[in-house]
Amino acid sequence: MQPAIQTHNLTKTFDQVVANDRVSFDVRRGEILALLGENGSGKTTLMNMLFGIYFPDSGEIEVGGKEVSILSPKDAYDLGIGMVHQHFKLVDILTAADNIVLGLDTGALLNRKAYTQEIREISERYGFGLDPEKKIYNMSVSEKQTVEIVKVLYRGAEILILDEPTAVLTPQETERLFVTLRNMREDGKAIVIITHKLHEVLAVSDRVHILRKGKSIATVNTAETNQQELTEMMVGRSISLKIDRPVCEKCCDKLDIKGLNCLTPDGVKALQNVSFTLKAGEILGVAGIAGSGQKELCEALAGLYPVASGSVMFCDEDEGKIELAGKTPKEIARLGVSMAFVPEDRLGMGLVANMDMTDNVMLRYYDKGKGPFVDRKSSRTLAESLIEQLAIVTPGVSKPVRRMSGGNVQKVLLGREIASAPEVLIVAYPVRGLDINSSYTIYDLLNQQKQKGVAVLFIGEDLDVLLELADRILVLCGGQISGIVDAAATTKEEVGLLMTHVPGSDTDKPVEEVSSS
Amino acid sequence: MSQTSTSTVTRAEHKVPLMRIARRNTMPHLQAWLIRGGGLLCALLMGALLIASLGHNPIAVYADMINSAFGGRIGFNETVRIAVPLLGAALAVGLAFKMKFWNIGAEGQILVGAIAATYFALFQFDNLPRPVLLITMGLAAAVAGGIWGLIPAFFRAKWGTNETLFTLMLNYVAFGIILYLQSDPWRRPGTDFPIIDMFDLSARLPRLFGIHIGWVLVLVLTVLVHLYLARSKQGFQLSVVGQSENTARYAGMNVGRVIMRTMLLSGAIAGFVGFMQVSGADFTLNETTAGGVGFTAITVAWLSHLNPVIMILVAFFIAILERGSIRIQTTFMIPATIATVLIGIILFFMLACEFFINYRLIFRGKKGAES
Repeated sequence: MQPAIQTHNLTKTFDQVVANDRVSFDVRRGEILALLGENGSGKTTLMNMLFGIYFPDSGEIEVGGKEVSILSPKDAYDLGIGMVHQHFKLVDILTAADNIVLGLDTGALLNRKAYTQEIREISERYGFGLDPEKKIYNMSVSEKQTVEIVKVLYRGAEILILDEPTAVLTPQETERLFVTLRNMREDGKAIVIITHKLHEVLAVSDRVHILRKGKSIATVNTAETNQQELTEMMVGRSISLKIDRPVCEKCCDKLDIKGLNCLTPDGVKALQNVSFTLKAGEILGVAGIAGSGQKELCEALAGLYPVASGSVMFCDEDEGKIELAGKTPKEIARLGVSMAFVPEDRLGMGLVANMDMTDNVMLRYYDKGKGPFVDRKSSRTLAESLIEQLAIVTPGVSKPVRRMSGGNVQKVLLGREIASAPEVLIVAYPVRGLDINSSYTIYDLLNQQKQKGVAVLFIGEDLDVLLELADRILVLCGGQISGIVDAAATTKEEVGLLMTHVPGSDTDKPVEEVSSS
Repeated sequence: MSQTSTSTVTRAEHKVPLMRIARRNTMPHLQAWLIRGGGLLCALLMGALLIASLGHNPIAVYADMINSAFGGRIGFNETVRIAVPLLGAALAVGLAFKMKFWNIGAEGQILVGAIAATYFALFQFDNLPRPVLLITMGLAAAVAGGIWGLIPAFFRAKWGTNETLFTLMLNYVAFGIILYLQSDPWRRPGTDFPIIDMFDLSARLPRLFGIHIGWVLVLVLTVLVHLYLARSKQGFQLSVVGQSENTARYAGMNVGRVIMRTMLLSGAIAGFVGFMQVSGADFTLNETTAGGVGFTAITVAWLSHLNPVIMILVAFFIAILERGSIRIQTTFMIPATIATVLIGIILFFMLACEFFINYRLIFRGKKGAES
């Protein structure tokens, strides 16, 4: 059968970096192809070439058996190729239908009734359950994603590319997405789904194309493979996928949070009556849909987000309880509380992208010594020892950290924070964008800290990881705690349910997202 | 089948964009400076074309410009005299720019500094011994300039106002104050002209090697600013604030305080430049005291990549151009504005250089050469 889209030896280099090296793959009509690869393996570059964002250095793209050159996303749409990006591009105050037709050449007059009807039909055909007249700001993340998918379909795409569509969804929403993807497959669409989650690959795809370091490794039939084999092809060697969970030893309370409330600058409640205890020597996982208050929680504890009411008590062995709520990071440090925070936005908050590793390490210590001048020498020494201890790959301590790969950037940040010998360690999405190897290094580091008696708060997005690594899991839903469960005893489904429902709340509808990011 | 496929290949080849832009990784320093040098050369060539189009011999004109800037003691002294306030003001705006605070109000900060210095020069000269008077004038100028810089910083830190507009507007306020002082309160006694009296000799800066001592002061200032930026805790703080306010907050810095402190310093340096101008160069205060130095300094700061040491060279270079343009006005009857045009061309080429340092162009049909 004629493939819907086929590439021959596509190559794209960014200066010295070969992002795609002679990549050849094909997708057929009526099939879901998973494009599997670690971060930095070239998945997104490849898709961006198909969608006309990059132009390949060499190689050919065939659509429906004809060679084409795609110079812009418009060319891609004309060829029936549509892409759903990780980050949504929607206008909040417009309806779903308006967003879908936005940017199309509809002439001077809009026939709202006609296109709304058309969109409704598409939605029904594939079982999206989308209300075309609903405003975007009233939508949950998964509904917004649906709008993006329908937008692509409305523009007549026969080939759909979805870039990590499940990253923002709960397990239940993921399952629903897969149902609609299968419906589209039955309708003869060709679907490419980019992901690095193996179980999803196995659940939804017909074939898998594996990329590693920009090269095509293999295309296999999903039915004939398994997780272990896929991992080996993706990483290049066999590795154990098991995450350790050492037993808590010195479990005493470290942070006691009671009735914490935080408001966004617009006065919306970002955190509502949050109470929990963080123990020394445990990893407390935090699960929740993106934007459920995770960022506010971390920042409020670290003294970076205003606390409207409530208390954050630090339990010190010698000095008893110390109130931290409403204090700045500097004041917290001055109280002798050693708190370390690895924020979600590594280069925008944790580090300075344009500064070198020495200066970034110094960020935490620059104010320590006496006198008006900074002590760059000891930071340089620390940076050099971090490079050695954590096997950080860098051209040198005096190169800007933005030139480092994501995994190495995270090692610098986490390494710096751990080097400050914290008693409380807050990490937000520490393995986001990291390859499997780096991820496991990070898990090991966190476990080491836990065994040293550090209280670790781990904000995660991958439930599988949380279930294996954390001792307990706190689930946030719309800024409230919907449950704290024992990680060893719970299931993914239970946590998934808690992510969308606060038990005991009268409304049965999913709690609306409290977004600030 | 094979025939159609070859024809599609040629068609596709043809649709490859003529030129594409790709980001470079990093260029070695030497190569980057060679490109900048080439840019300067191109700019001078463009200037030469311009001069030739006016019917003059470019080489003769350039030679005359250089000759006037270096030839003889007077020429050189005059060039240094132009460079001093340029360098001082570039240091001032450079501090703010390093923090990504767009202080385009150096002009006004210079003027209020000059006003404060002039007050002591006009009304306190007989009450104070000369060294005390000069030091007081310098301090008063720095304080006044500092306050002028602090005002927009305060509003930016508290309410997030736009500092570009704010600092720009304050220039006009300072200018207006001078016009007012000239017209009545400080008008030279016994005249109707809006003009302020010349300073007493004791209120004038002493000379060293024939140029007012400001050149020493501004060089000392350059070293201090360099040390401040490269070595001090405060300098580190302002760099972090400039790169990312979020990171600065995360690292426990008080962003508002850093902004206000830096602008206080930036304004103070500019104010001090005002003192050097009235006390060293003009010996009086008038509406041309700043004379656009605060704006030209922005060019100097950017051409130097905010590096204080390189600012010395760039300020001197621009001073040569300005000095030379005055000369060619008399010898060749070429309008003095030619220097402004030339500076504009140079700036344009320098900015273009940064593009070529960061990006490269790929032309159609060069695909084979790349691999």
